Amino acid sequence: MSAANSRASVSKVPQLSRIRPIYFLIAAWLVGVLGPYVWMFITSITPPSDLSSIILFPSHPTLAAFPSLLTETPFFEYLVNSIEVAVGTVVLTVACALLAGTALSRYRFRGRSVVLAGVLFMQLFPSILLIVPLYVELKTIGLIDNKIGLVLVDTAFALAFSTWLIKGFVDQIPREIEEAAYVDGCSKWQAFRHIILPLARPGITAAATYAFIYSWNEFLFAMTFTFSNSTRTMPVGLSLFVGENLIRWEFLTAGGVLASIPILIGFMYAQKGLVAGLSSGAVKG
Amino acid sequence: MIWPAINAVYLSFTSTNLLNLSEQTLIGLDNFRAMLADPVFYTALVNSLWWTFGAVFFQLLFGMIGALALNQNIKFRGLIRGLVLLPWATPSVLIALMWMWILDPNLGIANRMLGFIGIGAQPWLSDPGTALPTLIFIDVWFGIPFFAVMILAALQSVPHELLEAARIDGANAWNTFWRVVLPLILPAVLITTTLRLIWTANFFDLILILTNGGPANASLTVPLYAYQTAYRGMDFGLGAALAVAQAAFLAILVVLYMRQIRKSDIA
Repeated sequence: MSAANSRASVSKVPQLSRIRPIYFLIAAWLVGVLGPYVWMFITSITPPSDLSSIILFPSHPTLAAFPSLLTETPFFEYLVNSIEVAVGTVVLTVACALLAGTALSRYRFRGRSVVLAGVLFMQLFPSILLIVPLYVELKTIGLIDNKIGLVLVDTAFALAFSTWLIKGFVDQIPREIEEAAYVDGCSKWQAFRHIILPLARPGITAAATYAFIYSWNEFLFAMTFTFSNSTRTMPVGLSLFVGENLIRWEFLTAGGVLASIPILIGFMYAQKGLVAGLSSGAVKG
Repeated sequence: MIWPAINAVYLSFTSTNLLNLSEQTLIGLDNFRAMLADPVFYTALVNSLWWTFGAVFFQLLFGMIGALALNQNIKFRGLIRGLVLLPWATPSVLIALMWMWILDPNLGIANRMLGFIGIGAQPWLSDPGTALPTLIFIDVWFGIPFFAVMILAALQSVPHELLEAARIDGANAWNTFWRVVLPLILPAVLITTTLRLIWTANFFDLILILTNGGPANASLTVPLYAYQTAYRGMDFGLGAALAVAQAAFLAILVVLYMRQIRKSDIA
């Protein structure tokens, strides 16, 4: 999504009468999307006794829910688990997707198209179908209720899209650059390291963000494959708050705010790359 | 990834209990027979159809409108684009909790706002009649960004010359969209919709947290029923059978899509 590209699709004569309703539409959309987040934040800074009376903003805003959430509940432990699983997933996914994506883009080998189609085809299987056998498998190899087990499962699911994403970016690197490097005496490994790696960087960023978001948000596997506080991830922890008889809304919303921060930062940072990757790989593919 | 899938199909032909994995016996089609004789399965199937097609239809409609709006020459386009995509990157659990709080019967802002304009409180998720529509509404809210992004990406690959030519020939915005833009972005829209149908059919995080299929199975979908059968009922075999049935339905969808693609290739 280069600047030139987006400019090309914008109509050149924006008549005032046509622009105005667009702004209304966008404003309504923004309110609709951001409203629930803002409401979550407002609730998190509202003292519990005022919850039934707040209309727009609490009269006595307080940040008390945040420290008590971290000290009274294992939420901090959940957050750390989530970060560990997400980082593990990102590292493993990017390493595998980079090698697989480069191989699929640069080399013609037997079964290449089968692998490419198979990777996409696997996306069609319902995760519920795989939960049962994965549970049996993880139990057999002793990785049930284990963070490494979660990393492996998350990687298996995030890898397909990441591989396609990186392949799309490597496809766009002109072969001539690599060929010039070979002429200059580079080995295949050196060409990969000094040419493909730096040039595919936006793709790597996008794949890493995707893997991070996938793992950070993943709920079903984490809930099914973990039982103890030392392995539970943040989404599981949040859902456990609901099961309690009396829902502590100030805790839930404070947890939600804390959980949103990494997503907000990561997404804003890599949003462009993700969209570009989607348009070059997924849509045209 | 392929092995677990094969394994799941195998499990659906066995009697497997979660607590006693060693006592696994092949029982042929018994699980499928039990499934077809189970009235709850049909309830779940009908709910699944409403959930999947209802949610994806509105996501497509609003996603398309949103993408067209984002493709206009507006101020702060990058920022707005980032903000409206936010739900896409938010954990489904968090989405569920945010809406649970908004729709809370007593303290929720939704009912209080309705009271403010003189409409009585709604039961939302706690009434069999409104539970599934409410869940569909939340999923639409959740899914619009994905459609908007994918369609926006497709819109940006529409050559500017064609739009120019249509304008010179006197086509208005409406005609330009239907005759020029839509045919060009149709392949992307089609694959997005197919992927989304599959994804939505399989997605039950929201339902699991918000209603767990209730009240009175009013929001029970097939994958959720499979999950409950496998993990609450501990009956892995029957759970796998339900999941295989679900996969078979989705396979039909994929075949339809493939045929559509082949047809448009020949044309």
